[in-house]
Amino acid sequence: MSGKTSEHVPLIKVNECIWEIPTSYKPGMRVPGRIYSDEILLEKMKMDLTIEQCANVAHLPGIYKWSITLPDGHEGYGFPIGGVAATDYEEGVVSPGGVGYDINCGVRLIRTNLKIDDVKPVLPKLLDMLFNYIPSGLGSRGKLKVTLSELDKVASEGVNWAIEAGYGWPEDAENCEENGCMSNADPSKVSSTAKNRGYPQLGSLGSGNHFLEIEAVDKIFNKTIAKSFGIEEEGQIMVLVHTGSRGFGHQICDDYLKVMEKAVHKYNIKLPDRELACAPLKSREAEDYLPAMAAACNFAWANRQMITHWTRQVFEKVFNKSAEALEMHLIYDVAHNIAKKEEHVIDGVRKVVCVHRKGATRAFPPEHKDVPVKYRSIGQPVIIPGSMGTSSWVLVGSKKAMELSFGSTAHGAGRVLSRAAAKKRFWGSEVKQKLENQGILIKAASMAVVSEEAPDAYKDVDRVAEVSHKIGIAYKVARLVPLGVTKG
Amino acid sequence: MLDKKFEFLEHMGDAYIAAYGETLEEAFSNAGLAMFEVMTDTKLIEPKLRDEIMVEGEDEIALLHNWLEALLLKFEMELKLYSSFNVKKIKRKNGGFLLEAEVFGETFNKDKHLSKTEVKAVTYHQMNISKEAGKFIVKFILDL
Repeated sequence: MSGKTSEHVPLIKVNECIWEIPTSYKPGMRVPGRIYSDEILLEKMKMDLTIEQCANVAHLPGIYKWSITLPDGHEGYGFPIGGVAATDYEEGVVSPGGVGYDINCGVRLIRTNLKIDDVKPVLPKLLDMLFNYIPSGLGSRGKLKVTLSELDKVASEGVNWAIEAGYGWPEDAENCEENGCMSNADPSKVSSTAKNRGYPQLGSLGSGNHFLEIEAVDKIFNKTIAKSFGIEEEGQIMVLVHTGSRGFGHQICDDYLKVMEKAVHKYNIKLPDRELACAPLKSREAEDYLPAMAAACNFAWANRQMITHWTRQVFEKVFNKSAEALEMHLIYDVAHNIAKKEEHVIDGVRKVVCVHRKGATRAFPPEHKDVPVKYRSIGQPVIIPGSMGTSSWVLVGSKKAMELSFGSTAHGAGRVLSRAAAKKRFWGSEVKQKLENQGILIKAASMAVVSEEAPDAYKDVDRVAEVSHKIGIAYKVARLVPLGVTKG
Repeated sequence: MLDKKFEFLEHMGDAYIAAYGETLEEAFSNAGLAMFEVMTDTKLIEPKLRDEIMVEGEDEIALLHNWLEALLLKFEMELKLYSSFNVKKIKRKNGGFLLEAEVFGETFNKDKHLSKTEVKAVTYHQMNISKEAGKFIVKFILDL
């Protein structure tokens, strides 16, 4: 927390879960701000700059409808984390801060046909092997060293590069947002610093809030939809992977923040916070940033695909069955830090917009052309990871999300305690012990990270999912609870 | 802040650091040390190798950012960890600033060095350089 709050920002109650910041709050606001939240989560947002930042984002040239903050919203840099902003593709701007440092940070969920009783007896072995097989933690390097020219292929082809290189099944690509590849990616727009930083890290989990979890289905809320996603019964085992584009994406963001800083002066854009730095979508700066960002997205999809492959290999070894026999299909892979060119209906007119999702998950409805064919009649699977040791959620996208949030919902729990405060309050070993008492095993490279990521440092993810369901921007399908966590 | 080289301040989600020094150079050196303390236990890093680092910045804030970023990239690309920092004179050059430093440390070894948190980026968010009661204070946030 910066110590500054948003308590002074005027809010108009639209209904029990929708709040609006009027444009009269700040003279430069082009649209109102909108907070999707219940009263309890709203109180937490008032304690830091979340709501103020929501109002600041409303200043972006070309922004449509509202600057949106989702129920998991918390203070970020310029943009709040847990937010959506859609700008006109002809007359609006793109802002790297609206995507974030970890470009295409995202989650994927892999199903199995195993049950809790199959996994419990071998859980320590399974976690140890996953921890040893999948590089994680400080300075983690991929096991396979790609060359710089191979990296360009990864950046151009995304998940397809990984599948062709033997890391997965052809059907995996269909179950990723964008089929795991942004076609506008151009590695020539990526600096050599980003490439040199990124290539040794391909195929690694990283650290901080990134993790790989073994989950059990705890409760199914919609049997028909769950079944279509491959979630068949309570007690079924799943694997959740949460990571992004590693140093490759971090550096691309850093490089282009410098470019955008200059662009703000060049194009004389008036902003209330320099970290909203942006450039017109029809400028040279944006035309360089977007293909570079897409390259980082592709890196992240390849990265999660490689981790999926090693996860399947570990399950094969532990259960002495093929991954096919264990029915380890990818349910879905979604990005939650990304900017996308999409079509949305605004005041009855179809418009091409740039949707910034900063800590927000796409939640497209049934019959949308970008939903994989196998889910087309049901809607897009939405995966919301909780914090370490708490539940995670599977939801389904909805028509209401197209009206209210440019087809988006929340992305996680959202912090309530700073890392420094969490470390003061919790000991890593105590957090680990407490989780073990609940039957959750943890294998982590760092006890410091375990204390920083303590479950109590986060908002209640169940409440976040509930608010999403209540508003109707994504509906509850199933809740998962962790059995084992591996962290960097 | 009296005898501390640096301290971790409260910030949601990330590392908010204040580093101190009798001179701006010393405060910059301590800022480098603080960043490696986020990543590992710097007490376990022996000064086995020496590197020279030179960065420029259009102002002191940009210089601080570029100095920390240069150190972060040394770790990210070469897996080098440092525990001793000697920022020599910060000079004016071409309307901006130039920093030259020598740093000491060793290559990251998973068995020897503690693995804490990876740093994604050095941000400009709330970055600040000030002087209070004759001491230099530099504040910055690392995205984790």
